[in-house]
Amino acid sequence: MYFLRRLFLLVPLLLVISFLSFVLVRVAPGGPFDRERKPASSEIERQIKAKYHLDEPVWKQYARFLADLARGDFGISLQYRNHTVNDIIAQALPVSASLGLLAFGFAMGVGLPLGYLTAARRGHYQDYLGSFVAVLMVCVPGFVVAPLLIMYLGIKWRLFPVALWVSPMHAVLPVIALGLYFAGRVARLMREGMLNVMPSEFIMAARAKGLSENALLLKHALPLAILPVVSYSGPLLADLLTGSFVIETIFQIPGVGAFFVNGSLNRDYTLVVGLVILYAVLLIVLNLLVDLIYVLLDPRVKYD
Amino acid sequence: MLFWCALWVVMLLAGCRREPRADLVIANGNEPESLDPAIVTAVPDMRITKALFEGLARLDGKSGRPTPGLAERWELSPDGRVYTFFLRTNAAWSTGAPITSADVLYSWLRALSPQTASDYAGQLFYIHNAEAFYNGKLKTPSEVGLRALDPRTFQVELDYPLAFFLDLCCYPTLAVVPRRIIEQFGDRWVTHLPLPCSGPYELVDWRLNDKIRLHKNPYYWDAANTRSSLVDLLPTASPNTALNLYETGIADVVWDKDLVPVELMDALMKRPDYHNFDFLGTFFYRFNVTRKPLDDPRVRQAFALATDKQRIVKKLTFGGEKVAAHFVPDGVANYQSPEGPGFDPNLARQLLAQAGFPGGQGFPHLQYMFFSAAGGGAKIQGKIAVELQQMWRKELGVEIQLRQIERKVFYSSQSRLDYDLSASSWVGDYNDANTFLDMFAANSGNNRTGWANAHYDALILEANQQTDLRRRAELFRQAETILVAQQMPIVPIYFYAGFMYFNDLKIKGIYPNLLDEHPIQDIWKVKPGAETPGASTGAIAFISAVVLKRFQ
Repeated sequence: MYFLRRLFLLVPLLLVISFLSFVLVRVAPGGPFDRERKPASSEIERQIKAKYHLDEPVWKQYARFLADLARGDFGISLQYRNHTVNDIIAQALPVSASLGLLAFGFAMGVGLPLGYLTAARRGHYQDYLGSFVAVLMVCVPGFVVAPLLIMYLGIKWRLFPVALWVSPMHAVLPVIALGLYFAGRVARLMREGMLNVMPSEFIMAARAKGLSENALLLKHALPLAILPVVSYSGPLLADLLTGSFVIETIFQIPGVGAFFVNGSLNRDYTLVVGLVILYAVLLIVLNLLVDLIYVLLDPRVKYD
Repeated sequence: MLFWCALWVVMLLAGCRREPRADLVIANGNEPESLDPAIVTAVPDMRITKALFEGLARLDGKSGRPTPGLAERWELSPDGRVYTFFLRTNAAWSTGAPITSADVLYSWLRALSPQTASDYAGQLFYIHNAEAFYNGKLKTPSEVGLRALDPRTFQVELDYPLAFFLDLCCYPTLAVVPRRIIEQFGDRWVTHLPLPCSGPYELVDWRLNDKIRLHKNPYYWDAANTRSSLVDLLPTASPNTALNLYETGIADVVWDKDLVPVELMDALMKRPDYHNFDFLGTFFYRFNVTRKPLDDPRVRQAFALATDKQRIVKKLTFGGEKVAAHFVPDGVANYQSPEGPGFDPNLARQLLAQAGFPGGQGFPHLQYMFFSAAGGGAKIQGKIAVELQQMWRKELGVEIQLRQIERKVFYSSQSRLDYDLSASSWVGDYNDANTFLDMFAANSGNNRTGWANAHYDALILEANQQTDLRRRAELFRQAETILVAQQMPIVPIYFYAGFMYFNDLKIKGIYPNLLDEHPIQDIWKVKPGAETPGASTGAIAFISAVVLKRFQ
């Protein structure tokens, strides 16, 4: 019931989000057809605006947009005038989603063991070393990691391609560059979670029963210690699935992230609103999923 | 292990596919906004569009001058107003169907139709009754001065003789496009495959921000001279990525001026595979003459005289740009510009004093507006702004603030005259002085200075109706003298240089010309074997040197 109600609330929420983004992007100074060269006459300018209904009052444009949206049509892009926003999403989202899922897998694959290890070996050199590495991963931004990876693994040693999206080999560098920061975040969350759970009474009880340290940590501590990571992974996944402008630009990957940023810089009204709605839907649905997983992992959590 | 399996699965899902390697790969610049010849406005878009759709004439890759395209020849009436074009008997679509004068008529009327919403519809306004038709004053297209006399003959009636009309015929706006597909698919027609093309190539694939793949059109009238069969154009937006792709041998040619990393310019310039050439573009700044005290020509002259253009070119741009003493670039057809004033700080101070601001005293705090984007060429604008600010402070004693804003806001502010001084640039559409000079006519949307001069406007109009080329040049010269030496609503700083990198031992068929015109069908790659050994080690040494330099 609870989840159905939340799904139902999605509709008014999306209406508010779409209205706000629709109005805000139009309030921003400058328009999609402000360019270096103007058409030869003001009549041409007027006709271009009229073609995309930009000459109508905003409420009328919004009504038109909602009518199209009801049919699942986001309209034609104002920047890429041969493509609809649906075309763009259909081409770019699978790419961003693959890259994002891989980076998510990388972040979990590196972050969880690292966090677990540093917590399990707390106070030992593994803890200090591992924690240092995790902090480093969080601190060094993607636009520094990516050129370094390209420089050494791509150009010097010719192990991986430096850009484009053609084969699995092409995904390696961008996945690392994109996932490293999140791996650091996950490692730190995991360590915190473990350290919080370990002093609990039920852990002590289990230890008193003579359970081996490994079984204790893996079987009893881990499911609870991982909860902060789970709640973080909802927005993280939404973030990763919708692409990263920096990584997509550096590696020339045809994902959604670059369209999002360039769309707003170019005042591509339809594209920006379409992508905002896409992002909102993803975020809401993934948060819902996180709440579902909570129920499965933590017996204390119950929804009516 | 699991990770690698997942990687393979996901990549398969994402639609990665193995394709044959193209004969030629070009890093072309930003993703095209469109490939519809009537819609395109940006240079990278036009390069591809021209490979797909041809007009009655085309530009020659060596000289940049018009040569016959789909029309094998043309005749001009004695009064210079009526062009009669004779289409080739072997002009054909990539489907094999013949191209007739009805196709030309449809394409031109389509570009002129307000429903098409072409930015460049104005290029057809020289045709008799075209503007009236666009503005809805005439309803029937048959009243426009275009006639398909028979399937091979197409006639155009102009309002007055136009020296650059054949250059316009080479422009994408007037290219021949397929009627049936356009009527069937509307705005998205170019994405519909197979796409009937009138140019040397047909479209194989267009994946946004990924690549555009072209294949030789076997029915093109000049197909025998199309040198590369399969060509990939990469929509590379970042200069560093372009360089990486080039250095690792993925891209054969990098040819957009925004694709050269500014920080590496001085290192790149020394390489044999780096090519730069003059082309028709000017960097300048505008005054908003509707604001005091910039309404006083003496103040504008003072700013111009205090601008050390030589220093900007030597210290900041590096790309072989030439100082601009006038607005129309050197080398433009049938024209020689007058010289504007040079660098003379003493005279500048005198003029400013005469205007009521001795030593800059009492001069208001004006702003210099510019935008600085991530791209190579635009990045340098911030440095130029700082340099100008210092020059004006040092030579004139005036304090100009810098106002850096987003690109779209910049153009919108410039159009609304919401600025004091503004960085500006202009690249010629065709090889004629008019593409630079008519923009400062009072009614031009590209004027954007608030400056209006009836004498200037009359000179431009008279020049354009002139059949005698020498007389025409003289009229333009008088007009440009008003613009850059007397009234000065603008101050030209330098002429752009075009640059690209390609190894000229391996890549043939690219020639420097003023219009930066390099038809794709002329370019080919020498078959492997002719490669110079050790090229890749050289590249690594170069990149390492460059990276070290950056971290210094």
